[in-house]
Amino acid sequence: MRIEKRLQDSQLMVYLSPLIALLLTLISGALLFALLGRPPLGSLYTFFIAPISDLYGLSELAVKVTPLLLCAIGLTLCFKAKIWNIGAEGQFVFGALIGGAVTLQLAESEGIWVLPVIIASGALAGMAWAAIAALLLTRFNANEILTTIMLNYIAVNLLLWAVHGPLKDPEGLNFPESALFASQTLLPVLFEDYRVSIAIFIALFMLVVIWVVLTRTLLGFQLRVMGENHNAARFAGFKGKSLIWLLLLFSGAMAGVAAISETNGPVGQLIPTLSLGYGYAAIIVVFMGRMHPLGILLASCLLGLTYLGGEMAQIDQGLPKSITGLFQGMLLFYLLACDLLISYRLVPKSRAQKTAAITQ
Amino acid sequence: MSENKAMRLELLSLTKTYPGCIANDAVSLQVAPGEIHALLGENGAGKSTLMKMIYGVVKPDAGQMTWNDREVNITGPAHARQLGMGMVFQHFSLFETLTVTENIALYLTPAEYGTLDLLRARIIAVGDEYGLAINPDRLVHSLSVGEQQRVEIIRCLLQDIQLLILDEPTAVLTPPEVAQLIEVLKKLARKGCSILFISHKLHEVNALCDKATILRGGKVTGTCIPRETSPAEMARLMLGDELELQDTMPAGNAGECLLALNHIDVKPRDAFAIHLQDIQLQLHAGEILGLAGVAGNGQDELVDLINGELGSDSGSLILHGKDIGNTGVQERRNMGLGVVPADRIGRGALGNMSLTENNLLTSYINQTGKFGWLNWPAIKARATEIIATYKVKATGANASAKSLSGGNLQKFIIGREILQNPNVLVCFHPTWGVDVGAANLIHQELIKLRDTGAAILVISEDLDELYLLADRLGALCGGRLSPLAAKANVPLAQLGQWMTGDFGSHASQEVAHAH
Repeated sequence: MRIEKRLQDSQLMVYLSPLIALLLTLISGALLFALLGRPPLGSLYTFFIAPISDLYGLSELAVKVTPLLLCAIGLTLCFKAKIWNIGAEGQFVFGALIGGAVTLQLAESEGIWVLPVIIASGALAGMAWAAIAALLLTRFNANEILTTIMLNYIAVNLLLWAVHGPLKDPEGLNFPESALFASQTLLPVLFEDYRVSIAIFIALFMLVVIWVVLTRTLLGFQLRVMGENHNAARFAGFKGKSLIWLLLLFSGAMAGVAAISETNGPVGQLIPTLSLGYGYAAIIVVFMGRMHPLGILLASCLLGLTYLGGEMAQIDQGLPKSITGLFQGMLLFYLLACDLLISYRLVPKSRAQKTAAITQ
Repeated sequence: MSENKAMRLELLSLTKTYPGCIANDAVSLQVAPGEIHALLGENGAGKSTLMKMIYGVVKPDAGQMTWNDREVNITGPAHARQLGMGMVFQHFSLFETLTVTENIALYLTPAEYGTLDLLRARIIAVGDEYGLAINPDRLVHSLSVGEQQRVEIIRCLLQDIQLLILDEPTAVLTPPEVAQLIEVLKKLARKGCSILFISHKLHEVNALCDKATILRGGKVTGTCIPRETSPAEMARLMLGDELELQDTMPAGNAGECLLALNHIDVKPRDAFAIHLQDIQLQLHAGEILGLAGVAGNGQDELVDLINGELGSDSGSLILHGKDIGNTGVQERRNMGLGVVPADRIGRGALGNMSLTENNLLTSYINQTGKFGWLNWPAIKARATEIIATYKVKATGANASAKSLSGGNLQKFIIGREILQNPNVLVCFHPTWGVDVGAANLIHQELIKLRDTGAAILVISEDLDELYLLADRLGALCGGRLSPLAAKANVPLAQLGQWMTGDFGSHASQEVAHAH
């Protein structure tokens, strides 16, 4: 076997690659479970099927999908333009921190303006965090991958400081947690007894918005051109720096809203382990979803499932929590490997020689 | 098939296949000792692949090669050098921060050159012998392109050389440098060294070569003795069907000044940029102004400056009587400026995008609705119109730009600009790497556009093209612009002088006198 460049990128492999990656992940997962002395198929069932085998499970999936999808929506536009914003995590955490502080301030307030103000504060905080990276990139040409990753750590430590200090619940027995949010500051749930909130509609609405922007507007075209080639974008007169600002700010806002969907949704307070790595998992969502809105929706369900499966495996099989990260990592690893087959193909040695013989 | 006489190099049915194309299809050729053998062909005919196979850079899939009547299987460039071959690539492989001597030492083994002092003496000796004067102590970055090429040739000559391969050696040279190179090569051949000379310039081949092998689409379409063959016949072998080549174009009628550059100065933004100095240029309606110059003498900067990607440090840029110094690309396009860049893929077009999308790349100026809303059917219709009007060979508007040949993509890009009715059009290398048929079409379209009253600036390294198209001519050298004069008053020798930066008062007086 040898690897040979394809004449043209295979459109089939573009869509097949995530499926092959999923299959390889399942096989590797089964092997892993077997090595741990667990029944492989049974464990896969526990991980991937059991969590969503009832209505409550499905609603819980929607709970996980909400922040993942919101983060992924912002990242999709960035990645289309090849702005590698790895900072959704930090933008999420900073959005949660500021949104949480605002929520605590509004504990006594009533009125329909309360929730919009909280959501806006989360979005603005996410934007502010992303703006740092945008400034460093446009002003000093500092690589956004590095700056956004570093900003993630800073945001997480700011949150830790806040819940250990100024935002710590005075009546919380010294636990590093904020007070529970007042009920009128929480996002309304869709159905009683289920945790899924109206934030899922915000996510689905924004998904349609970016779909339209990408396919039907000059802005979408400009960011695709920029992702394809900076020189062509410059030549055509597209304003690269403005686009960088716009995309990073939008992505920050989406991560901030995602944070509110968690803090003012199922979590209901600020805690140190607020983000379960949604900002990072959203990167996998975008790549698994082929940067296409529909694909992102499907991929966010899959990644959401890895959270539920991880929890289930903890409860049922006594496996550590990191099993979620392991499955997410395997998915990304196999996806990147399979993406090689978009531009390349495997040719058996004998066939390669035959084609050479024909041309003689 | 072999004659009685010994052959220096003989190729028998050499074949090389790349995915999707046969670069060389059973190519055979013979080179006698002391023969100057031309390898003629259009861009993409397979000349470079063949050279690389001979020099061992690329391995043939099939075929045989004999060297001095003995079959050889060349394992790599080192092996080829051992056998007595030398090759001068189009892009030199020299270290700019080292001296000439050091560069050549890197190429040889210590056993071959002994000490640097000995080597230095040999460089001077070889330089004297062949008329390749060079100061061995100079740093390479301070040398002109022509001098750097001399270094490359000298380092081939230091070994016992029997075959020198030159890949389009004249593409980067000014006319006087070309004449010098031809003398050197003739001297070499007289001493028994065979020369394989790749080119697509017929007149050079006529002046220099004893024999020519002509390639088209990877196959040998003929061999001839250039001195006994008409250029038309060689062109036919190179290009296939008999083409109507126009050798004159009607002259234009210059009207009012549409674009003016007044004392423009642009300081280099990085170490590789050229300093544009005191550029003064007026472009009139209904004329084509042609600018000659060897690559890297400020052409890129000038095009970027006019397009609006590069700001000037002093001087003014006037379009339709308005100072546009502070406007961006979009505003200038809105005022009727069109630009065809030198890089087709990567600037003028996006390889992975469809022709419809590539049409939008510059037509967004007048094909975008409110709030940036895109009407894709209309954009696609425009792309289809370009394809039909300019005879672009493509499977349709959905074809990706990279699926088109260079010539067809260039037709598309030029068509895209012309269909937007520009009143000022800047064309950088309008027909670089384009086959003669497509080039002819592009030339005619440019003339047509000029006759509708547009002002056109053509920047090219192809002097034939400039003399064909331009109403006025000038040259760029080292970021300075030569005087501009009517074509009839600029003989080739004069343009050659301008290209080397000799704008001397004598020359400009002569032009002024001729007016």
